[in-house]
Amino acid sequence: MSHVWGQTPDVSVGAAGMKLADGVETYGPEAQPRLGFFTDTSVCIGCKACEVACKEWNLVPEDGLTWTGQSYDNTGELNANTWRHVAFIEQQAPDPLKHGKQDFRWLMESDVCKHCTHAGCLDVCPTGAIFRTEFGTVVIQDDVCNGCGYCVTACPFGVIGKRELGGDGGMHKCTLCYDRLQDGMEPACAKACPTDSIQFGPLDELIERARERCGDLVEAGVSEARLYLADENDGIGGAGAFFLLLDEPEVYGLPPEPVAPTKHLGTIWGAAAVAAGALAIGVAAAFVGGAE
Amino acid sequence: MTATSPTDALSYYGRPIIKEPVWQPDIPLYLFTGGLAGASDLLALGAQFSGNRRLRTSALAAATFGTTISPYFLIKDLGRPLRFLNMLRVVKVTSPMSVGTWIFSAESATTGIAAGCQLFGVMPRVRATAHVLAGLIGPAQATYTAALIAQSVVPAWHEARRELPVLFASSAAASAGGAAAILTPVEHAAPARRLGIIGGVAELAASKLMEKRLGKLVGSVYHEEEAGTYSRLATASTLAGTALMAFAGRRRVGAVAAGALLLTGSLCERFAVYHAGKQSARDPRHTSIPQKERGGRAVTQPSSRTGNGSSPSASTR
Repeated sequence: MSHVWGQTPDVSVGAAGMKLADGVETYGPEAQPRLGFFTDTSVCIGCKACEVACKEWNLVPEDGLTWTGQSYDNTGELNANTWRHVAFIEQQAPDPLKHGKQDFRWLMESDVCKHCTHAGCLDVCPTGAIFRTEFGTVVIQDDVCNGCGYCVTACPFGVIGKRELGGDGGMHKCTLCYDRLQDGMEPACAKACPTDSIQFGPLDELIERARERCGDLVEAGVSEARLYLADENDGIGGAGAFFLLLDEPEVYGLPPEPVAPTKHLGTIWGAAAVAAGALAIGVAAAFVGGAE
Repeated sequence: MTATSPTDALSYYGRPIIKEPVWQPDIPLYLFTGGLAGASDLLALGAQFSGNRRLRTSALAAATFGTTISPYFLIKDLGRPLRFLNMLRVVKVTSPMSVGTWIFSAESATTGIAAGCQLFGVMPRVRATAHVLAGLIGPAQATYTAALIAQSVVPAWHEARRELPVLFASSAAASAGGAAAILTPVEHAAPARRLGIIGGVAELAASKLMEKRLGKLVGSVYHEEEAGTYSRLATASTLAGTALMAFAGRRRVGAVAAGALLLTGSLCERFAVYHAGKQSARDPRHTSIPQKERGGRAVTQPSSRTGNGSSPSASTR
């Protein structure tokens, strides 16, 4: 039951659940409840409808038709031309949901941009092309981006990519269907998901639902069920797109404890200032003793 | 946890977790020429204050070379070069590239004005003012690039955030000293020789310190593939250049050879750092293992609501 998100002006921003995303308060009365994705991998069937819906709706170019030999995953990774990516992991391990009657299990996970609370890409973007929307999501303005590539080095999840040769040279990633959100519609991937593995809505509601679901799974014997990026105290301040995983994050190709690079901004500028001072002292020292 | 993934438990088919930087070799060339310009402007300012006009001219020439050629590398590397000026629509402290664009623009403008006035022998006051400003901005120009790459999730860069600025500053000093020693008659070049030696020694020390800080896993990039090659070249060139400058720098041939070696060492050091970043981004273990060791809260285990379900501690976490 994918509910269509409508205007809910009575929900005050950040009233419960996840903290406000940086900068969202600058929208004043135009601010909307923070919206996001809860991707419940325990019900993903690996149909890739999300990948297709995303490509179609957002006119995302083809990404090469390669055979990887890596289970059913010929998409490989998120990048400029892949904004939803379904990971497939085949494990020789008892499936707890089959009560040990099956010694093999599939893990499938639809990955996407995390729309971080503290978004490294947004922080480092030198043109202001990347901005925080009124929904708390992170979007690249394609008509401003000059393709410097700094955001690529700042994403802890390897989400953003550059459209290289033959492409437009710009950086691209999931917009959480900003255009659809503005019209009160849910993003294309969530709309297309046949099992509600991708759930969309106000973030605080999603977190509440996810906690309940995770607790249910643990009770049912799936002891490895865990929420990923649903804690506002983690290294990125929690994400706008979080996940229920059935194994360690790195098994799905996700960083176990991601940290926004901006966290150490003070140390970095401090070290640069010290080095600049040391350079000045070094040059001054070079003049001690005259020109001979 | 008994489950294992098909390759190893720490990655998804051995694929990288973060993206490899999309920057091309233009970027280490910019790091080098920008550093040369920044430190040379400062050297020119020192020469101005000490009344060494010959050295001032040489250092200013090196700085002008650096500020003239570096925008080419910087802009060429953009995916959309015609939109370079979009950098100047914002000022963002959280983005060392944004701050750096302003530093670089100011550095280029002041160096250009100083060089132009010097070349045509006009407006001595404007020249002097531009000269002082360029010299004061110089250290920022030589070090902001280190802040730029450190402010990333690339393990070999981010984990070296304390050492990279010192490494770049000393590498810039070595190159500026080397360039000025080549361009200046030996009787006027003592400060350039000293700067080359100070920079060379500091560069060698800073690169060792950085490797030590990175530890065994991430630091290994400086012994492998391209980063390993450039790192060895940098160490050999800088070591030879520093020694030669100290012992044979008072002879013209010695000064030119030592200067060239110091410049080569500085250039190779930037290429080593550039490739180190790319290599460490490609290896998922460089991202996942240090993160796991540090711990954090990206993953939350639910507590069973009734209290008699499976214990969350059944997992490895």
